[in-house]
Amino acid sequence: MTTEQTAPAAELAIEVQHLTKRFGDRAAVDDVSFDMRRGEVFAFLGPNGSGKSTTIRMLCGIIAPTSGIGRVLGYDIRTESEQIKQRIGYMSQRFSLYEDLTVRENLEFYAGIYEVPRATLASRVSELIAMAGLEGREGQLAAQLSGGWKQRLALGCAIVHRPPLLFLDEPTAGVDPVSRREFWTMIHGLAATGVTIFATTHYLDEAEQAGRVAMIQAGTLAALATPADFKAHFLRGRLFAVRSTEMLRALEVLRQQPDISDVSLYGDTVHALLQHGDETSMARALTEAGILDATIEPIAPSLEDVFISLMKKA
Amino acid sequence: MSLSRLWAVMRKELIQVRRDRVTLGLVVGIPLMELLLFGYALNAVTDHIATVVWDASSTASSRSFVAAFDNTGYFTIRRWVDSREEAMHAIDTGEVRVALIIPESFGNDVLVNRQATAQLIVDGSDPSVAQTALFSGGLIAQVQSANVTLETLNRAGRAGSTERGGIELRPVVLYNPRMLSVKFMVPALIGLVLQLQGVLLTALAVVRERERGTLEQLIVSPVRSGELMLGKVLPNIVLCLVSTLMTLFVARVLFDVPVEGSVLELLLLTLPFLFASLGIGLAISVVARNQAQALQLTMFTLLPSMLLSGFLYAREGMPVFFQWLSLGIPMTYYLEILRGVIVKGVGVSVLWPQGLALTVFATVVLVISITRFQKTIE
Repeated sequence: MTTEQTAPAAELAIEVQHLTKRFGDRAAVDDVSFDMRRGEVFAFLGPNGSGKSTTIRMLCGIIAPTSGIGRVLGYDIRTESEQIKQRIGYMSQRFSLYEDLTVRENLEFYAGIYEVPRATLASRVSELIAMAGLEGREGQLAAQLSGGWKQRLALGCAIVHRPPLLFLDEPTAGVDPVSRREFWTMIHGLAATGVTIFATTHYLDEAEQAGRVAMIQAGTLAALATPADFKAHFLRGRLFAVRSTEMLRALEVLRQQPDISDVSLYGDTVHALLQHGDETSMARALTEAGILDATIEPIAPSLEDVFISLMKKA
Repeated sequence: MSLSRLWAVMRKELIQVRRDRVTLGLVVGIPLMELLLFGYALNAVTDHIATVVWDASSTASSRSFVAAFDNTGYFTIRRWVDSREEAMHAIDTGEVRVALIIPESFGNDVLVNRQATAQLIVDGSDPSVAQTALFSGGLIAQVQSANVTLETLNRAGRAGSTERGGIELRPVVLYNPRMLSVKFMVPALIGLVLQLQGVLLTALAVVRERERGTLEQLIVSPVRSGELMLGKVLPNIVLCLVSTLMTLFVARVLFDVPVEGSVLELLLLTLPFLFASLGIGLAISVVARNQAQALQLTMFTLLPSMLLSGFLYAREGMPVFFQWLSLGIPMTYYLEILRGVIVKGVGVSVLWPQGLALTVFATVVLVISITRFQKTIE
């Protein structure tokens, strides 16, 4: 492709060491270090205000770190932000589209901003319209699109210049589940062509699809592993699913148990993390409390179980 | 600076303005409405009218005549000149509003009790000033005339020829001989409308992007803040120039106020004023967090432009402090340009200092707001 950006021959898409950003006395990002290989899908998981956006802003070269070093696609985030900006794509949860421009005009505007050569512009725009499933809607104003379409158009705008690295800042916030799934299918399609994906998210099912997950809390990197490793190693204890017709009472009873380190409600089941012994003590406690219809079965932890357990520990 | 990026921003702005019916209505509707609403009489009493004196007679009687003008407070003598041409030039450049011209024969005429004549040349482009000048000038001349006659009577001790003596003041009103308020108001309205449009269009264009989150997207893109700002400013310049031409056309058709000077030179002198207005708009957009704030701040900048620039009240009548303050307001200079070209028919050769002042102002404001904008991103 003629519009392909030539990046330095760095093996790592992102390389961060002891990255710290202070706002006054508060460290928004505190001594964070990690590497990302090219072609990786990397999920950045953390609650609101944990430093996700600040990290992205530093990596994009918008704000300078207080200390530490970072390289994105081989370029220094302090001194080479112009080179970085030309080679990355960025999409935020706000789907930064111009609502008073049409689908095509939005794409053409971003193509102009990223200096996509005129010769390839038309074919690139049609390609993205096809990718986003927006054929026949080229002349519609962005304001008239539904959430899922807006999201796909925003993605199209973010990759109009074929960036080798794509930052997604909570890209699926406020979009219906079907559109979310379609969106991630598109993202994995991009990853398959070698594009490196860095995505922040609240959704644990999304993080579960990533190659590696970094959990960030209060500005520090709490854990970094593949989803499988997370489930295998980061949860201390055995996880049980408890079902009963008296869910809320069951929840209360289990919370009182000294052996159980964590109890959370998931829809119609309670997940209980047992540190010692086995489920018989749990069953006994429930029976003693007068809950007779409880069923207890061991389950494999989801990423959500691990995440909540880690966040509570911190 | 990348031209293709700049062009991408400009193209986008033009499409957006075209689609935005409200803004378009603003651009077309405001000038028309203001012209129709404000177009008529606004009178205010003025004093300390700037005056230049050519005293060709240079005698005791001519000096006391001039002193009488100065003493009333209606006139302030700025300068003494040595020729009629110099006096006229001072009016042309807007330095003074009135020229008092005393012919060589004045002193002798008073002495021999012949009727002495002086001339009061009044700049009619501001009718309220012109009216005050004519009225108070006439009064002063009458009082002086009576004094002179009395003195002559006392000295000679004879009556008879008094009716032939005294002083006559012959008024000449320049530029706007019928002293129509529209001739004064219409050019000012053009300035007001342009400033409102320029400031508001620009402030809203940036704040809208901030509100919708598209600014965030642009900040991570390679677009530089200078490219973004110019890309927003240049289409607005074109829009405002078109609106100027439209207002001039309406002024001519509805109010019979043609441009006496060159329209091309007027547009040329308008450019620095537009850049200054758009610079103010950018400065507002750096501070304002939402469109409502931008609108309020725009109105706030409009107030001094109306009150201090000579839009409604002549600057000569203001306390000195405010006169100084008015020198920091672009509208002050632009009004002189507008009234100069439209009413007096003068051009760049006379009005270049005002153009220069505006250019300096525009450059300073644009540089400050572009650098401030860069900072707010971080």
